[in-house]
Amino acid sequence: MNLTYTVSEQAFRADCRAWLEANVPATPLASHNTREGFAQHVQWEHKLFDAGWAVVSWPEAYGGRGASLVEWLIFEEEYYRSGAPARVTQNGIFLLAPTLFECGNDEQKERLLRQMARADFLWAQAWSEPNAGSDLASVRATAKKVDGGWKLSGNKTWCSRGVFSDGIYGLFRTDPDSERHRGLTYFMIHVDQPGVTLRAVEDLDGEEAFAEVFLDDVFVPDADVIGEVNQGWKVAMSTTSSERGLSLRSPGRFQATAERLKQLFVESGSPERLRDQVLQSWMDADAYSLYTYQTVTRMQEGGHIGADSSLNKIFWSEMDIATQQTALELLGARAWLMPEAPDAAPGWLHDFLFSLAGPIYAGTNEIQRNIVARRVLELPR
Amino acid sequence: MRAAFTEDQIMLRDTVRDTLAAECTPAAVRASWEQPSAFWPLLAEQGVLALTASEELGGLGMGALDWVLVLEEAGRVALPEPLIEHIAAVELLAESGEAEWVERLASGEARVTVFQSGGYAVSADTADAVIRLGDTGAELLTEFTTVRHAAADGSRPLFTVDGAGAPLSGDADAALDRAILATAAQLLGLGNQVLDLAVEYSKARRQFGKPIGSFQAVQHHLVDALLKLKFAAPVVHRAAHSVATNDPQRALHVSMAKIYASEAASLACRKSLQVHGAIGYTFEYDLHLWMKRVWALSEAWGNPAWHRNRAASSLFGA
Ligand SMILES: Cc1cc2nc3c(=O)[nH]c(=O)nc-3n(C[C@H](O)[C@H](O)[C@H](O)COP(=O)(O)OP(=O)(O)OC[C@H]3O[C@@H](n4cnc5c(N)ncnc54)[C@H](O)[C@@H]3O)c2cc1C
Repeated sequence: MNLTYTVSEQAFRADCRAWLEANVPATPLASHNTREGFAQHVQWEHKLFDAGWAVVSWPEAYGGRGASLVEWLIFEEEYYRSGAPARVTQNGIFLLAPTLFECGNDEQKERLLRQMARADFLWAQAWSEPNAGSDLASVRATAKKVDGGWKLSGNKTWCSRGVFSDGIYGLFRTDPDSERHRGLTYFMIHVDQPGVTLRAVEDLDGEEAFAEVFLDDVFVPDADVIGEVNQGWKVAMSTTSSERGLSLRSPGRFQATAERLKQLFVESGSPERLRDQVLQSWMDADAYSLYTYQTVTRMQEGGHIGADSSLNKIFWSEMDIATQQTALELLGARAWLMPEAPDAAPGWLHDFLFSLAGPIYAGTNEIQRNIVARRVLELPR
Repeated sequence: MRAAFTEDQIMLRDTVRDTLAAECTPAAVRASWEQPSAFWPLLAEQGVLALTASEELGGLGMGALDWVLVLEEAGRVALPEPLIEHIAAVELLAESGEAEWVERLASGEARVTVFQSGGYAVSADTADAVIRLGDTGAELLTEFTTVRHAAADGSRPLFTVDGAGAPLSGDADAALDRAILATAAQLLGLGNQVLDLAVEYSKARRQFGKPIGSFQAVQHHLVDALLKLKFAAPVVHRAAHSVATNDPQRALHVSMAKIYASEAASLACRKSLQVHGAIGYTFEYDLHLWMKRVWALSEAWGNPAWHRNRAASSLFGA
């Protein structure tokens, strides 16, 4: 065990910090769940990519730096510490890209990876359907084989930032006689074409954060199938641990929030009755980081994250809510003012609302507990 | 950056685990409620007592990263011996130039216990010397009187100790942090064992024609305990690293370890008891031997409130 950073890890951190300090916009961008804000975030992503910081852990061939997992964690710590903008490329680089690295072919990787990392083409995840939420294997959307490709029909929903995206990816039933996990295929679909209808759905914050997607005989070429036909479930499951665990919610994010909470506590006159809650949030963010370094060490030495990612997901989502709630308690009545109010405390209300979604998206926490019970504790059905 | 133990450290842990599993059975722990425990010679023979003494003094010259996993194993079997106090004492005595004591402790020939001034000393009846940790440093008592205070955990006998001591020049704060870390490690092992008991029980016990472990409410109880224990482990291990390297944040890290391990082990007790139903609430069933140790150790060497205060003053300033 050596919990100090090597000289090269320290140098990497210094490079990250220097670039971010020089380049992170001084005034925060508009919300990425609005059209105007989304466009600003896309500009930021171009800049990040062109400087080589968009996807540090990817191979250089795809615009990365071939950074180690530890370096990636360092980058994330510095990214959130600097207050840099939210990543509108996240459903591409953190969710679709791992699937392509694992199951995609060379042509797909060549064609898609750089483009998504530079935010030249934006992806949204279309996994859920109105009747397939937790029970993802019950998807009903279908794909019929035609010359050179497929015709897709059906209804997907809860696509985060789908209204601003260029493409979506998800599972479609390619074998009409199949049930559940069998007979599904993983497709990537361009949304700017006949037969695709996007309907914006406002989230708790009143922003158009979701899209409902209707597909009516939409053509998708064979080249946009990931992995083998009828093996879509396996393809999808190969990367669910990225979403729950490491990549979507790296520790740096929560450590930065915990530091902001600590600051808010001090600015609020350090009220004794909230001290232990603030302390708990700070310690939990630290514990999450330690746990992640342990996981990353295991992965660098050839291990897999496996069902541990479900524990990760429960931990960060519950920690996030507790942290945000404490911030609101510190703010008192100001917490509940809208951002345009003169006395508003920017960010906290929005972040609190979003934290409430944590136990729901990426597989609800009940589902994660079911997975841990089966796969880690090996409890019976 | 490498957040993992070495192969040697894992091997040492496994050896100790196997020995303790064979020797320190629940029946033996139960017996130690009635008669003095008898594992000290075994610990000496296994080299456990010599871990932190220097090689010149008959020891293995190991540090916190080596012994933290051993202490977890001692916790797993609820070992009824003052190993925490032993670990706290050896380096303190070495730093204070008490070579003879160190040799005698490492070989198992002599025993010491350590306590915080104003608190209880564990196993003082079998100790040849007692170390008192006070605000102004540590003292060694070779002549002392003891009064036994019957404790809820009958395998961890508690005493008040009286007597005049001679000052020890070693680092009393470091000794305190070793005791706290060792306690946290034992709590982690205890908590894991308490959870394992419940998991096994939930697979075996049937109601409504099924194992109770198939019921979602039962499963989620167990997962909640596992979650706390899993996240406590790296916190305890980091504290071991900070003790080993004398990190400037050592006090914060060690306090965090105690808080996380106590809370995880306590939750594991609650969940395990609930999953066991009435059988878990009996004196006859072994679960209470472990639960009472968890409660005793949560209170020992600073309870969570004390450690929160210490962590807060290091985080927010006094
Ligand atoms: C902010 C946000 C962003 C999202 N982004 C996307 C996205 O980009 N793409 C996408 O495809 N989806 C997205 N989703 C959808 C998300 O994946 C689903 O909401 C989630 O999988 C749960 O499905 P559901 O909402 O249909 O709830 P349901 O599955 O209907 O569940 C309702 C409740 O029942 C519980 N429940 C269901 N089954 C069980 C069971 N077996 N055991 C115990 N409890 C159970 C659930 O835990 C939950 O509490 C997003 C959701 C949110 C809130």
